Amino acid sequence: MSGRLLHNLLLFGRVLRGLGLDVNPGRMMDLVSALDYIEIGNKADFFYAARTLLVHEREDLELFDEAFELFWRKPAESWGVEWQGLSRRRKSNKPIVMPPPLKDEPPPAENNTDSNSKEPMTVIEVTRTYSDREVLRHKDFAQMSAEESDAVNEMMAHLQWKISERRTRRRRPGKGEMLDLRRTLRRSLRAGGEIFHWSYREPKLKPRPLVIIADISGSMERYTRVLLHFIYGMKAALTQPVEAFVFSTRLTRITRPLQIRDLDLALKNVGELVDDWAGGTRIGESLKYFNFEWGRRMLGRGAVVLIISDGWDRGDVELLDREMARLKRNCHRIIWLNPLLGAADYEPLTRGIQAALPHIDNFLPVHNLASLEDLADRLAELDRR
Amino acid sequence: MRRVQEFCNFYKEAALEFTSIDSLQSALRERNYIAEHGLATSLYLTLKLNRPLFLEGEAGVGKTEVAKVIASLLGTDLIRLQCYEGLDVHHAVYEWNYTRQMMHIRFLEASGEKANEAELFGPEFLLRRPLLQAIEQSKVKPPVLLIDELDRSDEEFEAFLLEILSDFQITIPEIGTITTPNPPVVVITSNRTREVHDALKRRCLYYWIDYPSFEKEIEIVQARLPHAPEKLARQVTSFIQKLREMDLYKLPGVAETLDWTTALVALDQKALDPVIVDETLGAVLKYQDDVEKIKGEQTRVILDRIKAETA
Repeated sequence: MSGRLLHNLLLFGRVLRGLGLDVNPGRMMDLVSALDYIEIGNKADFFYAARTLLVHEREDLELFDEAFELFWRKPAESWGVEWQGLSRRRKSNKPIVMPPPLKDEPPPAENNTDSNSKEPMTVIEVTRTYSDREVLRHKDFAQMSAEESDAVNEMMAHLQWKISERRTRRRRPGKGEMLDLRRTLRRSLRAGGEIFHWSYREPKLKPRPLVIIADISGSMERYTRVLLHFIYGMKAALTQPVEAFVFSTRLTRITRPLQIRDLDLALKNVGELVDDWAGGTRIGESLKYFNFEWGRRMLGRGAVVLIISDGWDRGDVELLDREMARLKRNCHRIIWLNPLLGAADYEPLTRGIQAALPHIDNFLPVHNLASLEDLADRLAELDRR
Repeated sequence: MRRVQEFCNFYKEAALEFTSIDSLQSALRERNYIAEHGLATSLYLTLKLNRPLFLEGEAGVGKTEVAKVIASLLGTDLIRLQCYEGLDVHHAVYEWNYTRQMMHIRFLEASGEKANEAELFGPEFLLRRPLLQAIEQSKVKPPVLLIDELDRSDEEFEAFLLEILSDFQITIPEIGTITTPNPPVVVITSNRTREVHDALKRRCLYYWIDYPSFEKEIEIVQARLPHAPEKLARQVTSFIQKLREMDLYKLPGVAETLDWTTALVALDQKALDPVIVDETLGAVLKYQDDVEKIKGEQTRVILDRIKAETA
């Protein structure tokens, strides 16, 4: 192989990595050895060989195709502009909008980066007395000042999350009903082949996957920030897969940005990814999109679904009814968290909630810290079916 | 030993026969498998680089079929491991035949002898499951090992599989290590009901099998069901292609196209009409919601569109 081709090949690998594809040196070596078997002159063969070796995610195929086109078929001079467009598209070409600020939040200081901003929070945590905390536990998230909500976020980080486990089909030695012939025979050999004890196997337990679908539309605006903290906290605390989505007019998956250790950075990335903060509400449409695109991949294995919304739906109510029914058929539990349920005089009369209610297993408030603690208890008590 | 040698040579020749992707593609076609150029490339490199092939795609696009046709092409056995949740070493690799062992102990007892452990855990009491079979057979002639619907298994099995795929070596404590110089041809399929871990995918060549274009699908139907009337085959394929553009929960795959055509041929249909479509829609759509959505008015609309296009 010519040195020039090798050089270009490695450069192409670097470009793909830059676009976020999982291309490692091992794969590049494989591609180089694959070139021994194919006709390099044949563009189609080369294209498909590179594609089968360098991409292993369906979502990346389209990006690869465009990058290949740009890299190998256009003269180098004309790349620049188009190239920028491609890499921008990978992240998001939408204007960056941050989650809505709290009403009385002071304007952020210029160099108020992560390490600095944590300091005052800790101070609050330490100096607050027991009774202050009690008041805070029952105060509605929507009525909190920025300082209070910081304190609550801090307290929320200490909540214990545990979701009851589910019986899997995998078995392990124990007290179940299945005979464990392997162990029975092994034990009998010690007694010269006479069976004195029968050994059994029991199902292994595993934590249930969790899917959180949160409403970030205009009517939920006052709760959005604190709920994102809550979702982040849950994802960090639980060992099982936790998938998170937000919606107002359309559904966005935010699982990946939430994986980052640094909470502030994670929330900032979520802010950049989502482009319909505080928009209208289309719960039915969003759930439908979830059912079609993600449901099959995420709802197996007895998943628990948390929907967080006030149920002010401006979309098609029949659609919401149908999609809730579909969601219900495919998961273990649907828990609907509604911040309005905290108000004494609230009655679930909106059309959206009316359509959804028959399909919900638990309808719970989510307006203050005490309600979250209650949720934590419920999750730990789900049955093992 | 000479026989082993002969077998090895035979296999090598079979693999070497394909000197280009095109020749592999036409060999597949001779066996009635219509592969896109991309899939043929992946298969070709799978054979040349000795890497597992990871096939993803919606249900019914012919993933499992790939393994079968490759086995027939290489003139070798197909060993299939169907995955499910809880699949463990005892069902994937090997298990001791306990009932036989117990019988043997009783038998010895009756003749006044004592059971000898080394004898009890010898090859004759070993049940060989697909992965062990594949590795043992590979010593003679590498088979095609199909690991079907990996997404149905759990993380524990995935981790175990990763280990097997890296060195094709199995250790049975009572017998020893079994290994092979030439690994089997491995084809892994997934319907994506769960994301398979990156580490495993990284070891493999990856190919996403999409729904075929109209021309490809007609070719598939005609290759697989040569006795189906051409008009019917075209109408069925066109109908299915239109269904795939619609907002359905579960889109029909190529398997459904073939099933439906077969059913209609059995019913002696020469062409589609609204009544027969509604009566046989169950062969195509597998969710009641979807059937209700299409039945009646939509059926007529689609048939009219097909008529307009062919006129």
